[in-house]
Amino acid sequence: MFAPERIVIWAPWMVVFMPLFGFIVLAFLGGLAKKQGKQSGMMAIATGCVFISFVLALLTVRSLLGLPAGANGLHFAQPALPLNFIDVAGFAVPMSLLIDPLSATLMLVITGIGFLIHLYSIGYMSHDEEPVRYFSYLNLFTFFMLVLVTGGSLPLMFIGWEGVGLCSYLLIGFWFKKQSAADAGKKAFIVNRIGDAGLIIGMALAASSMGTLNLMEITTGVATMRREEFGVFGPLTLIAIALFIGACGKSAQIPLHVWLPDAMEGPTPVSALIHAATMVTAGVYMVARLGALYQLSETAMWIVAAVGGVTAFVAATIAIVQNDIKKVLAYSTVSQLGYMFLACGMGAFSVGVFHLVTHAFFKALMFLGSGSVIHGLSGEQDMRQMGGLRTRMPWTFWTFTMGWLAIIGTPFFSGFFSKDEILIAAFDRNSFLFGLALLTAGLTAFYMSRLYFMTFTGEYRGNLEKPHGAHRSHDAPAGQGDAHGDHKTDDHGHRGPGHSGIHESPAVMLIPLFILAIGSVFAGYIHIPQFVEPAIRVREALSHPAWMPFLATGVAFLGLLVAYLMYAGAWRELPGKIAARNPGLKDLLDAKWGFDDAYDSFVRNGVNGVVDTSERVLWKKVDAGWIDGAVNGLGRFAVELSLGGKILQNGLVRGSALSILAGAVALLTAILWAHR
Amino acid sequence: MPNLDTLYTSTLGGFQAAHDGFVQVALAVSAFLFVIGAVGVFIRRNVITVMMCIELMLNAVNLAFIAFSRAHGTIDGQILVFFVFTVAAAEAAVGLAIVIALQRNREDLDVDSFNLLKG
Repeated sequence: MFAPERIVIWAPWMVVFMPLFGFIVLAFLGGLAKKQGKQSGMMAIATGCVFISFVLALLTVRSLLGLPAGANGLHFAQPALPLNFIDVAGFAVPMSLLIDPLSATLMLVITGIGFLIHLYSIGYMSHDEEPVRYFSYLNLFTFFMLVLVTGGSLPLMFIGWEGVGLCSYLLIGFWFKKQSAADAGKKAFIVNRIGDAGLIIGMALAASSMGTLNLMEITTGVATMRREEFGVFGPLTLIAIALFIGACGKSAQIPLHVWLPDAMEGPTPVSALIHAATMVTAGVYMVARLGALYQLSETAMWIVAAVGGVTAFVAATIAIVQNDIKKVLAYSTVSQLGYMFLACGMGAFSVGVFHLVTHAFFKALMFLGSGSVIHGLSGEQDMRQMGGLRTRMPWTFWTFTMGWLAIIGTPFFSGFFSKDEILIAAFDRNSFLFGLALLTAGLTAFYMSRLYFMTFTGEYRGNLEKPHGAHRSHDAPAGQGDAHGDHKTDDHGHRGPGHSGIHESPAVMLIPLFILAIGSVFAGYIHIPQFVEPAIRVREALSHPAWMPFLATGVAFLGLLVAYLMYAGAWRELPGKIAARNPGLKDLLDAKWGFDDAYDSFVRNGVNGVVDTSERVLWKKVDAGWIDGAVNGLGRFAVELSLGGKILQNGLVRGSALSILAGAVALLTAILWAHR
Repeated sequence: MPNLDTLYTSTLGGFQAAHDGFVQVALAVSAFLFVIGAVGVFIRRNVITVMMCIELMLNAVNLAFIAFSRAHGTIDGQILVFFVFTVAAAEAAVGLAIVIALQRNREDLDVDSFNLLKG
C-alpha cells in the first residue's frame, strides 16, 4: 500500500475527495452546529480536510517522482475507477485521473494555497452570520477544482470546470441580500456559460475527429497529425479555438472578461482563492495541458497570443484609474492572466504555467493583504479613504510589500523570473506583442505602486476614528451589519475607549500572509518550467538575451518611480492635470474601454430595451417569436391532431370491440397475404 | 368450404399436415363457434350475454388449440388451453363482479349505456 506505485493509485482520489467529504459534513451538520453555537468546529473540519488533502498531495508528488519515468522522462499515473463515464458504440471515457508533473503542480497550488485561505477565512469570516455555509462552498470549490486539474479526460475536466463555476457563482453572491452581489453572481455565471458552450463544442469536435477524449491519448495522438498553417481551419484549429473560447470565459480574457471585476462583490478570501489563484487559471491550465494540440495550429496560437497580449494591456490601463482596492487587484489579475495566455500563444506553455504558480502566490497574498486592510478598516475599500497604514498595520504592510515587489518584477522575487521568461518568449516570436508586454510590465509596476502608496504611505485620509465596537461588518451589506454591531466578544482583544478603529488583523489571518509572502519571494527558484515540460510535450528553445532582465527591471522601476512621484512624491497634482487635459482618455478608461456599455446596448437593450419595442429584437423576435413560436406551434399541432382522433373514441364498448376485431382481421389478412 | 388443409399447410409450412378428418372437422366447428361468439358480442346488448359470447369465443380457440395439438403430435396446444381456462376463469370472476356492481348502482345492464370512457 505504501509503495510509490500503489500510493499514486489511491492517494490522488483521497486528495480529490477529502474536500468533498468536508463539504458533506458541513452541509449536513451545519444547521445543527449553528443551533448549538459550534460553528468554529465546523470551520476547523473544513480547514482540516483541505490540509489533509495538501499532505496527501505532497505524498502523491513524492511517490510520482519515485516511479520509473516513461517516454521523454515523464512520470505519470492514471488511477482509474473500474467504471466508464461514457461507454457507447466503442467510444469510452473511463473514470480516470491523470497525475503528472503538470497536474501535480496545480494540485499542490490548489490544496496549499487553498488551505492557507481557509485558515485566513476563519479570522475573516468570524463576524459573519453564516460561516458554515461559506466554508461548505469553499470546500466544494476545492473539490471541483481538484477534479478539474486531475481529471484524465475532457468530460471529467468539464465536470470540475462547471463545478467551480457553480461555486464561484455561489460565493460571489454569498451576501445575496445585497442586490449588487446577487447581480454580480448572475453576471459571472451567464458570461461563463458563453465560454462553456465553446468548451462543449470543442469536446464534441475532438471526440468526432480524434475518437478519444482522454487527455493522455489526445496529447500523444496529435504528434502524428499534420501541422495546420496560418489561415487553415482544419479540425485541430477548430478544436483549439472552440476550447479557447471556454478558456476565455473562465480565465476572464477579452471580450469575456467583464465578470471578473464584478466578482469582487464576494468575500475577499474568495477573491484570493477563486478569482486570483485557482479557478481563473483553469483556462491557462487547459491550454497548457493541450499544448501539444495547440502548437500544431498556427491560427489558434496566434489568436491565443493576441487575445492574451491585448487583454494584458487593456486590463492594465483600466487598473490605473480604479479607486477600489479590490478592483485594482481584479484588473491586475485579468492582466496577468493575459500574460499567461501570451506565453502560451508564443509556444512557451510551461512558462505560462510558471507564471500561473508565482502569480497564485503573490496575487493571493495581495488579495488577502487587501482583505486584512478592509477588515482593519471595518469594510472600507476605497483607496482614497486609506493611507498611512504602514504604521497602523505593520504585519500586513510588510507581507503586502513582498507581494508588490514580486508582481512588479523586482529582481530575485518570484514574479521577476516568470515575467522575464514570458518577455523572452514574446521577444523571440513577435516584436509587436513583445512591445505590448513590455508596456504592460511598466503599467503593472505603475498601478500596483499606486495602490501601494495610496494605501500604506502618507497620511491616513479616512474618518474612521471611532471605537472598534461600533464597526459594521467588513464588506458585508449594511443590512447584515446590525447583527455584528453589538457582538459581545471581540476576538481582536484591543478594543478600548478612544482606541482608533483601525486595527491589525488577528494571527490566524497573519500566518497565511507570512507563508504566502515567503512563497512570493522564493517560488521563482523552483524550476517549474523544466518540471512540467515533459507533461506538456512541447519543447521550447528560448534564446536568453542577457539584456532582457535589465530592460524588464528598468521598465518596472520606471513605472514604480512615476507612481511614487505622482502618489507619494512631488508630482501629486499630475494625475488630475492629465485627466483634465485628456477627457477622451479619461472617459475611455473610466468606462473600462466600453465593454460593459457595449454588452448593455447589444444584449440588454436587445433583450428588454426601454426605448421602443422595435429594439427588443432578441426578446420579441428571436425568443418570443421564433423559439417560443416553434415550441407552442408543436403543442398546437398535437392538440389539433388529437381533436380529430378523439372522434374515434366514443366510449361505446361494442364500438371498441369492433375496432379490435377489425384490427385482428386486418392483421390476419396481412399475414396470410404475405404467406400466400 | 375453403380448403382448410391447404390453408393450414401453407400457414405453418414445413410441418407434416395431418390428413386426419378430425382436425378439419374440429377446426370447422371452432370457426363456427368463434363466429357465433363474435356476432353475439356485437348484436347483443346485455352485459351478461356479451360475456357468455366471449366465453364462447375463448372456447372456440381452445378447440382450435386442441386440434392443432393433435395434428402436430405435441402437447403445447393442450398446455395453452389450461392457460386460457385460467384466464377465462379470472375474467369471468372479475366480469361478473363488475356486472353485480353495475346492477346495484345503475340497475341497468345495457352495454351502450356505459360510455363514459371516451376522449
